[in-house]
Amino acid sequence: MKEGGTPQKTLTFLERFYLAEVLKGLWITGAHFFRNLLVHTGRALGVVKKRRGAVTIQYPEERRPIPPGYRARHRLLRREDGSPKCVACMMCPTICPARCIHIRAAESPDPTIEKYPVEFNIVLDRCVMCGLCVEACPVDAIRMDTGVVEMSAYDREEFVTGRDFLMESTPADERAEAEE
Amino acid sequence: MNLLIVLIKIFLMIAFLMTMAVLLTWVERKQSAVMQDRIGANRADIFGLRLLGLFHPLADAVKLLTKEDFVPPSGERFLHGLAPWIAFTTALAAFAVIPFGPPIHLFGREIPLQVADPPIGILFVFVITGISIYGVVLAGWASGNRYGLLGALRGAAQTISYEVSMGLSIIGLLMVFGSLSPASISEAQGGLLFGFLPRWGVLVQPLAFLVFFTAAVAETKRIPFDLPEGESEIVGFFVEYSGMKFGMMWLGEFVEIVVMAALIAVLFFGGWQVPYLTPAGFAFPGGMMIALPRGLILGMQIAAFLGKVVFFCWLQMLVRWTLPRFRYDQLMRLGWKGLLPLSLLNILITGLVLLIGGT
Repeated sequence: MKEGGTPQKTLTFLERFYLAEVLKGLWITGAHFFRNLLVHTGRALGVVKKRRGAVTIQYPEERRPIPPGYRARHRLLRREDGSPKCVACMMCPTICPARCIHIRAAESPDPTIEKYPVEFNIVLDRCVMCGLCVEACPVDAIRMDTGVVEMSAYDREEFVTGRDFLMESTPADERAEAEE
Repeated sequence: MNLLIVLIKIFLMIAFLMTMAVLLTWVERKQSAVMQDRIGANRADIFGLRLLGLFHPLADAVKLLTKEDFVPPSGERFLHGLAPWIAFTTALAAFAVIPFGPPIHLFGREIPLQVADPPIGILFVFVITGISIYGVVLAGWASGNRYGLLGALRGAAQTISYEVSMGLSIIGLLMVFGSLSPASISEAQGGLLFGFLPRWGVLVQPLAFLVFFTAAVAETKRIPFDLPEGESEIVGFFVEYSGMKFGMMWLGEFVEIVVMAALIAVLFFGGWQVPYLTPAGFAFPGGMMIALPRGLILGMQIAAFLGKVVFFCWLQMLVRWTLPRFRYDQLMRLGWKGLLPLSLLNILITGLVLLIGGT
């Protein structure tokens, strides 16, 4: 046996003959075929409920559940009065490794708050979905819990999401509750 | 009148083959999917009706017909166009000698249910499959593409190698049944072996069946013998084909599957014979008889033939979606060192048995 490569099993006489192994292989795939066909027919007739004939998830109609803590598209949280919770402290654009967050700050009308964002743009096609902005935020104003994973557009400009759009997004679990 | 009958039969035969070929494209997708715990193509719909993906062949046809028909500038335009026709028509023509039922009597005429019954029937099939190699070689040559040419060479080498064992494997069968005509071979398989087994070719010549089936799969150039094509990586003889020319190559391959299935059914599985079914009705070995009307018997026999063809199409698909591709040296070793000696051995044994045991 040569050193390095995976050790090769020497074939038995029957295996060298190939035909028996072919039949074994055909048996396995054929068994899959007939079992799945039976399950499919059973499901079509409504007899079989629990078993599935295929592992396929038919994507646009069926979806895999998104686990909690999954970093999906961002959203900005609001205060009780509807104004942005963000205080424009610039922590998130600072930590952002993709430099995709752009904030323009202004003095807040509320005397207890120093600043607020007039513009809060996240350039989604540059974002690497690392979630560092969420970690960095001192006031819990940004989260990545919308559950939106399909981000596509015909134009690069469409990937620039503005402040109001981010504030209108809702978390995934809230939407699921509303649907129930 | 005779001409009209033949024309009708030709029309029916082509309609049957084309329907089967188109359905096989669907079967291939669905069967492979079911074997692999998937669902398979099911997205093509007409007014929201999906019918398990049965519209996919239709979508394919539309796609292939509207695609650009590209001939590479370095290629031979005429031969490039000719090659798919050869591949396609030879596949269709081979079916001409396959009987799909016993002769029927209609308006005082005896009409054999096959397009032509030349006395050399089986040889005709081999001649035609021999010509079909030209389709492969011309396609590779006329493409003006080195990879296409290499694929064609692999294809020619493979088809010729396996044709040898294919031809030799049925010699034993021809010795047993004493005829080259598929119609009389089908007829002869209606008898009984030891008084209770149907005298099917596979029971008389099991070794020949194995060799023939292997060679037949190799003839259709599908996995595990798809070295001439190898679409995904080694690139085959029809790289430079697009649109409906490619579609014809592709359909021709499926027609070939049907033809091979029909040939196996005729030679080794009794053709249109149903076990214990005689022209008068069922005659079981125990002496039990069930008389049946003629029309029903004919229907059962044609259904039996179609069932056998469908089964062997299915089996070829199963093989295609189970086994990995051979390496080139393995392919040649199997052909020349495995199948050829086996088929020669089969001839020898058959000859000895016939000589000692009489017929």
